[in-house]
Amino acid sequence: MASTVVDEHVDHTLDDHTHDHHEHHENFITKYIFSTDHKTIAKQYLITGIFWALIGGFLSLIFRLQLGFPETQLEWLRPLLGKWITTAGKLDPEFYLALVTMHGTIMVFFVLTAGLSGTFSNFLIPLQIGARDMASGFMNMLSYWFFFASSVIMFFSLFIETGPASGGWVIYPPLSALPQAMSGSGLGMTLWLIAMALFIVSTLLGGINYITTIINLRTLGMSFLKLPLTIWSFFFTAIIGLLSFPVLLGAALLLIFDRSFGTSFYLSDIYIAGEALPHMGGSPILFQHLFWFLGHPEVYIVIMPAFGITSEIISTNSRKPIFGYKAMIISLLGITVLSFVVWAHHMFVSGMNPFLGSIFMLLTLIIAIPSAVKVFNYLTTLWKGNIIFTPAMLFSIGLVSFFISGG
Amino acid sequence: MIVCFILLFWYSIKEFDTYQIPIASEHGVITDRLFWITMAITGIVFIITQILLFYFSYKYQHSPRRSALYFPDNYKLEFIWTIVPAVVLTILVVYGLTVWNKVMAPAPEDAEVVEILGYQFAWKVRYPGKDETLGAYDFRKIDAVNDFGLDFTDKATFDDFSPRELHLPKGQPVEFRIRARDVLHSVFAPHFRLKMDAVPGMPTRFWFVPTKTTAEMREETGNPEFNYEIACTEVCGRGHFSMRLLVIVEEPEAYEQWKAEQEPWLSKNPEYLSSVPENLKELAMIKSQIEHTAIN
Ligand SMILES: [Cu+2]
Ligand SMILES: [Cu+2]
Repeated sequence: MASTVVDEHVDHTLDDHTHDHHEHHENFITKYIFSTDHKTIAKQYLITGIFWALIGGFLSLIFRLQLGFPETQLEWLRPLLGKWITTAGKLDPEFYLALVTMHGTIMVFFVLTAGLSGTFSNFLIPLQIGARDMASGFMNMLSYWFFFASSVIMFFSLFIETGPASGGWVIYPPLSALPQAMSGSGLGMTLWLIAMALFIVSTLLGGINYITTIINLRTLGMSFLKLPLTIWSFFFTAIIGLLSFPVLLGAALLLIFDRSFGTSFYLSDIYIAGEALPHMGGSPILFQHLFWFLGHPEVYIVIMPAFGITSEIISTNSRKPIFGYKAMIISLLGITVLSFVVWAHHMFVSGMNPFLGSIFMLLTLIIAIPSAVKVFNYLTTLWKGNIIFTPAMLFSIGLVSFFISGG
Repeated sequence: MIVCFILLFWYSIKEFDTYQIPIASEHGVITDRLFWITMAITGIVFIITQILLFYFSYKYQHSPRRSALYFPDNYKLEFIWTIVPAVVLTILVVYGLTVWNKVMAPAPEDAEVVEILGYQFAWKVRYPGKDETLGAYDFRKIDAVNDFGLDFTDKATFDDFSPRELHLPKGQPVEFRIRARDVLHSVFAPHFRLKMDAVPGMPTRFWFVPTKTTAEMREETGNPEFNYEIACTEVCGRGHFSMRLLVIVEEPEAYEQWKAEQEPWLSKNPEYLSSVPENLKELAMIKSQIEHTAIN
């Protein structure tokens, strides 16, 4: 893959030399819209990510208004929300669930996965490893445009008559599988699934690119053990994404089958809306397993890039090398591996076999060890440093404090 | 920020009782102990690391007269702080496992069995009646009246009864058999430290021993209106918030008496006698205490 990029580049320069007055290949469209340049794509991700952060934040504002002040009249929101305000001047309960669902989906996937990895991995990987660009600029461009298409569909679903998906961001069936169960499980859910399928394609294209670039396009002398921790964290993040997102795609496809083609992967023994459904033998628990096989690694997809960036900011602004560079890499690796075997801690009371519960409890607590090591290493990096408080540094110290509390 | 923290702590301490719901079950005592031990250990680590973080940030502020210490590695130190958390976590894991196995162990033989059925948007409860066996059901037999889908070819259904509220005896093991009719629901009874999902197509169970009657709890909380309740903790649709089931814990004698007064489901809905096979009709009428006159 690397060699083709170089070849193209050579062709390109030859081309420029042979035609003297040949104008540069780039016009507005190839430069700013369908660009294959990693920095432009990073900015595209950044802008789209910020857009989604505003939307997601706005949705949470509305439902927190209802949550924080349950007695308050929300009639004044009617011009904006229309029929989703009940006659009593409250948020419609299904719309409330829709807001929570879309807020979760948007923040977790569109802001913290695409916005974060898409922006920083694209921008920083080539710069920090000394590569000219990503391994495949074209795939990188496709990655963004799949994300864009997914964004358009997800955004569109906010405005449809029956409302967007409302079964929670975890979209557990049967609720999400049966349009009879709630109105958001109709068209809104279909659009959600299509948007997420496109989103996963985008993540995979991006992830393959990040991994390939880091392995193959490091500049001369940039050995693996000289890579900045930022790059290490992007590397592991991309691996996690590459291995776990396809499972969500599988789960989503089976759900689409159950919804539209009468299969019974997740459905069994259901009586709803005055009717016993013909589905037999499926298990809603299966979906939960598949979902959390992505869902848990997803939290590391979200935090690991921030870890990497923080490591370097703290080290730079303390005027010290990061303490325990190798230990940091090993803990990132440890988190990566363990993140795949702790998923069922989200399902302790789902009705699964309690024996599974004990195994997952064990594995889940083990993952605290690499996290603890990271915190201690951050602290030691600060120790006897010569600390300059740039805004980035303040945020990084904040992250460590936050991670101790919540991680 | 400091003011915020002080306010936060002050509020947490002041409102501590609202966070800390009194325990009303035997296993609740053990799980809460596990919770507080974990809380103490992580709390100590939390405080130490937070203090170090901000102390270092404060103490080692930039000064042109000093240069930073070059200190990239120290294997001994790193080894220690990998092993120490590992040991502490091992202890927590072992302790957690014993608690988990105790709570999740199969119910004792003599446990009172109650079925809880979740549907959009309420709970239904069913007791086995005098034969102490819950009758069979089939979701295809559910209709507007027969919420449980009771299968009347099984004679154990004849004396099952379905009250509006859930009654439990104090000090005796109770096993919930939990199922759902349409989508996922989750049985959540915070006072009993109890939560278990209700899954369509896959009955689940949870057993525990209630330790305080409703009356005792009213005294303890100082709230004469206090009632135990079960809520739904799995998003299940537009009425999710309203899925509430009243639970009444009473002394075993009062409980037995209440049970004896309950009328079987079949006697409340005698038209379903027609679904009982001919050879069992006589038995059905005896078990459900339907009088001949009622159907003639
Ligand atoms: Cu998790
Ligand atoms: Cu429910």
